[in-house]
Amino acid sequence: MKEIGIIVCAKQIPDPEAPLSDVSVNAETQEVVVDAPPVISPFDENALEVAIRLKEELGAKITVLSMGKKVSDTVLRKSLVAGADELILLQDDAFEKLDSHSIASALAGAIRKIGEFDLVLTGRQAGDWDSGQVGLILGEILGLPCINLAREIKVEDGNVVVKKVIPEGYERVRAKMPALVTVSNEVGELRYISRTKMLKMLKGVGSIPSWSAEDLGITLETLQKMGIMTLSSPPDMRRDCQFIEGTPDELSDKLAAVFKSLR
Amino acid sequence: MNDVMILGDVKEGSLDIRTLELLGVGKKLAGDLGVGLSVVLMGDAVSTVAEQAASYGPDRVYKLEHPLLKGVNPDMWLASLQQACKQINPKIVLLSHSLIGMELGPRLACRLNTRLTTDCIDLSIDPEDGLLLRTKPVSGGNAISVFKCPGEPQLATVRANVFDPAEAADGNGEIVDMVPEIDESMITVESIEVVKEEVVALDKADVVISGGAGLGDEDGFEILQDLSKALSKSFGSVMIGCSRVAVDKGWISSDHQVGLTGTMISPDIYIAVGISGAIQHLVGMIKSKKIIAINTDPGCNMFNVADYGVVEDYEKVVPALVKRLEELS
Ligand SMILES: Cc1cc2nc3c(=O)[nH]c(=O)nc-3n(C[C@H](O)[C@H](O)[C@H](O)COP(=O)(O)OP(=O)(O)OC[C@H]3O[C@@H](n4cnc5c(N)ncnc54)[C@H](O)[C@@H]3O)c2cc1C
Ligand SMILES: Nc1ncnc2c1ncn2[C@@H]1O[C@H](COP(=O)(O)O)[C@@H](O)[C@H]1O
Repeated sequence: MKEIGIIVCAKQIPDPEAPLSDVSVNAETQEVVVDAPPVISPFDENALEVAIRLKEELGAKITVLSMGKKVSDTVLRKSLVAGADELILLQDDAFEKLDSHSIASALAGAIRKIGEFDLVLTGRQAGDWDSGQVGLILGEILGLPCINLAREIKVEDGNVVVKKVIPEGYERVRAKMPALVTVSNEVGELRYISRTKMLKMLKGVGSIPSWSAEDLGITLETLQKMGIMTLSSPPDMRRDCQFIEGTPDELSDKLAAVFKSLR
Repeated sequence: MNDVMILGDVKEGSLDIRTLELLGVGKKLAGDLGVGLSVVLMGDAVSTVAEQAASYGPDRVYKLEHPLLKGVNPDMWLASLQQACKQINPKIVLLSHSLIGMELGPRLACRLNTRLTTDCIDLSIDPEDGLLLRTKPVSGGNAISVFKCPGEPQLATVRANVFDPAEAADGNGEIVDMVPEIDESMITVESIEVVKEEVVALDKADVVISGGAGLGDEDGFEILQDLSKALSKSFGSVMIGCSRVAVDKGWISSDHQVGLTGTMISPDIYIAVGISGAIQHLVGMIKSKKIIAINTDPGCNMFNVADYGVVEDYEKVVPALVKRLEELS
């Protein structure tokens, strides 16, 4: 069987799991500032892991697409070290703070330019704006069958077969490829890559192609911004914590008393 | 028509509480705009819920019944919803940020060529241009953003448990039958089987005991289960929750997950065991009446939001506590 083509859309974002002390809100620039290195959005790493497993099982060519005003290839190269075959950056000054539809249109442009593919994988939502839209809109624009919130993905006879999260458990669904699937964390974490392997492999990676809006045939007028009116800090969540101390036995006495008082 | 239109969720044959919340906020927005409120209900048989919806005083309830709308096939629901929007021509469309709303929202936005804001916690009308101001937590909850987008209809999905549910009103809304034009050829994703699993209704619990990465392994949840048994003698319904990392590690199924991409809860007591207090977790449990944290790291963020804190290895304190509670009962 011919190896399948998998496109993984991976967004570079400020680390959403950075300690809260490293996170601040700049209302003026309308940005959440994180004092830590950027990362690949966590659910996109889940999507990449799925792609690599399919590659190991069936053979596949994995292309990672990452779009932004400025994408750091040091962050995204991790995908190549993990097992992707190709990384393409979509970079343009015009790609700043775009709305979901504009991002999806640009990604669709890139996917059409790539041409052949069987499966497009995205994360369920990006950890910066928590929007959860780009994947499904991309599927609509490309006219693909769309499956949301996959917790397991298999490929069988030209079909993608997915266990999809539903309120009462899961639904097994099937779509003819090419198709688009958004991936949830239940599929499992991206495999661990040691620092030494990372450093060694990075040396072997050549230059990474970068496409601009023009390369994608996008006219700038069609790109729309997110429409942020204000960005502000959330209400304070702090409470006055009463620390309970002592040996485990003393602690359990005191905790039992707390529970009694809360009854 | 310019109505505010909401899509109802039906659960076990009656209107889901989320729909009542949508009715609540929808009524307010319709009032501010001076327009009507419509409810759209879809399914294979929705007459009873349609009457139920009508009793909350919307102007119109659109009933879209079709055998292919049984269960939730997104292709069928999307096509029907798109047709309903075309006929009703609403100014605003609200969906709940439920699993189905999360799926239909972006696809509907694309098909109607409008812009969606997901998971909104506040909605109001900009008096200058009549557009929807959409307030949404971003970056897991590290910031709150207000968005305004062009396009019609104005489209948003709404977070659960934020807006007050509508109360039954006088005035009976008109029930309108609408026939969706759908057929099997429009199905692109085929359902093979629906597998029902035992899922916890965390939002119904009085007490939630949650475990995180700090449990160290799967067996940690057995210790929490012991505590759950001990506490259930004095408290109503006690359930087990978890952080995302516990799910990622395969220790527990994702229906137990509390947080932004799990369940949002507000129990009487929340007990966080070995959970650091990442923002995406906090937004799911911060409304708990009392929060108790057990964590070996005195500097962890969970203590900043807790009412009671215990800095100790959970494997030492929880079994001792279980024993004590059993002695007392
Ligand atoms: C878009 C997005 C959505 C997300 N959605 C969610 C969500 O819905 N829910 C969610 O929970 N997370 C979510 N996350 C993940 C979140 O950012 C954190 O990674 C996660 O909550 C951390 O889980 P944890 O606290 O169990 O693990 P850790 O952060 O690793 O914390 C483990 C804690 O256990 C303590 N500990 C260690 N050993 C012991 C011991 N023996 N006894 C007691 N304590 C001990 C440690 O001190 C530490 O504080 C999301 C992230 C993103 C980016
Ligand atoms: N700028 C981007 N570059 C690559 N992929 C993206 C980008 N934005 C969104 N995606 C993909 O779409 C998913 C959903 O993003 P969002 O709708 O922004 O929450 C992400 O998990 C990514 O897989």
